[in-house]
Amino acid sequence: MSEITLQDIIQPENLVYEKSKLLTDKRFHYCPGCGHGTVHRIIAEVIEELGIDEETIGIAPVGCAVMAYDYFDVDFQEAAHGRAPALATGIKRVWPNKVVFTYQGDGDLAAIGTAETIHACNRGENITMIFVNNGIYGMTGGQMAPTTLEGMKTATTPYGRKPQWEDGTPNNGFPLQITKLVAQLPGTRFVTRQAVYDAAKVRNCKKAIKKAFQNQMENKNGVNFVEIVSNCNSNWKMSAVDANKWLQENMLPVYPLGDIKDNFELINK
Amino acid sequence: MGELKLMKGNEALAEAAIRYGADAYFGYPITPQSEVIEYLSEQNPYERTGMVVLQAESEVAAINMIYAAGAAGKRVMTSSSSPGISLKQEGITYIAGAEIPCVYADVVRGGPGLGTIQPSQADYFQACKGGGHGDYHQIVLAPASVQEMADFVALGFDLAFQYRIATCILSDGAIGQMMEKVVLPDQKPRMTEEEIKAKYPWATTGRKRGTPHRIITSLDLDSNRMEQHNRHLQEKYKEIAEKETRFEEIQCDDAEYVIVAYGSSARIAQKTIQLGRAEGMKIGLLRPITLWPFPTKAIEALIAKGVKGFLSLELSCGQMIEDVKLACNGRAKAEHFGRVGGIIHTPEEVLEAMKKQIIGE
Repeated sequence: MSEITLQDIIQPENLVYEKSKLLTDKRFHYCPGCGHGTVHRIIAEVIEELGIDEETIGIAPVGCAVMAYDYFDVDFQEAAHGRAPALATGIKRVWPNKVVFTYQGDGDLAAIGTAETIHACNRGENITMIFVNNGIYGMTGGQMAPTTLEGMKTATTPYGRKPQWEDGTPNNGFPLQITKLVAQLPGTRFVTRQAVYDAAKVRNCKKAIKKAFQNQMENKNGVNFVEIVSNCNSNWKMSAVDANKWLQENMLPVYPLGDIKDNFELINK
Repeated sequence: MGELKLMKGNEALAEAAIRYGADAYFGYPITPQSEVIEYLSEQNPYERTGMVVLQAESEVAAINMIYAAGAAGKRVMTSSSSPGISLKQEGITYIAGAEIPCVYADVVRGGPGLGTIQPSQADYFQACKGGGHGDYHQIVLAPASVQEMADFVALGFDLAFQYRIATCILSDGAIGQMMEKVVLPDQKPRMTEEEIKAKYPWATTGRKRGTPHRIITSLDLDSNRMEQHNRHLQEKYKEIAEKETRFEEIQCDDAEYVIVAYGSSARIAQKTIQLGRAEGMKIGLLRPITLWPFPTKAIEALIAKGVKGFLSLELSCGQMIEDVKLACNGRAKAEHFGRVGGIIHTPEEVLEAMKKQIIGE
């Protein structure tokens, strides 16, 4: 009896999953175990399922996802560091019939681009913002991010992030709750925090991202803001499995999952 | 044809943008050019033509809105003054790298730092020699009247879209603030979605299924491709320098000495020429209309015709003089005279400078 080969398994009748048509064949440069690949896949699936690929314009950030434009088969613009919400504003104001989304990391959205983030949210631009928060600067090699946890070691906080010195004088500052912050602004319609570390979370995240695009498609005013708490196993210096475990044990208590605001109403928890 | 009005330079610029059929203005207030966004807000061009006007949270945000809307095929404009333009340099170099057409006006005030709100021409280097990082140029138009503040909007947009480049209207506080007669053009319609898609296939307007997606970026980590991209940009700049250099010559036919001046300084220089000619001196004026590309060949031609010396007249400590000297290349005398800090030279002191520095005893 001959062994079953991979080719025997890869048959059309065995197909249970396929790559979204809106993901190009370009090989991801992301580290194995990183959440970006999964988030990309979800976004591509959502755009495909909603049938809006001919109207969608994406904005890539500076950070690990700087070349996101190579992976999505939709029109894309590359922003300067932190400016994606300004770009999205520029496009949406002159093309209100298009679907515009930003894809940003924590350094991009919550440090250098804080002003652009806050003001696009405060104006209530009719855009979708995808915010991948892994608490660290990935592309530049693991420096402190605004969302880095207290005590977390990074290349620029080698002894752990210490918000203040013992006598209360300021040091590295506190993890920035940017998602809570934008939820306070009258211009945000839908604010949610998701994750992609297991299958159930991926399904929830997809529902949230779909809603964030649908709201815009239906011309419901206001920003749709989806944070995804993700990992950076390379710069956290852990295996992918350990990173996901660490995320659940350490990131989620500070950045708990769930909807924060819907239809302009804060959800009390 | 046209409509005669009495307007400030800043207002004429704003009105010309509406009439050109511009799609949007994104800006941030700063003296001495806040009239641009105030006029546009008051005019409500969204009602008139569908033109969007938005006050951004910063100059940085405004120029990035320009980047994106221009990259999506729309005719978009911003304006600011020196400190604000410094903030916009990030966006301007990305615009150069990604080859995005747009128009921005710089109503220059004195620096460095917060400097003064009075007129200045001390940002010639910033506009013509870079400003942001990387090897790039932009077309720099220098209006010397309220009429040209209006006219250069249309010219700026036409050139910007022809070459996929930023056009800078390098004005100054005097031209922006002063009131003059201006003939405004008739209203042009804004372009439709179909027209934009047909005319600008590179623009990110949403890719059609079965056609390649468009990417607007200034990034390429492949060194060979990046070198090619830089070579391509330089070829484009060369073509612009050959075809689009613009200047005006006043009383240069018999001139032995020529003042080189743009914008406000060119207005002063015209009076100086009258004063000098009344004293029997053969003085002319070369007024660069494009500061980049600089009218090098015009200076060469004047030297060939026998001009012995050039006075670079600027509201700066000496910036354009470098281009005048490069054009002279030792074949004629070239000197700088300028007032700074918001002071505008008098025609008389310019004539004195001409006598002392160029003509000699």
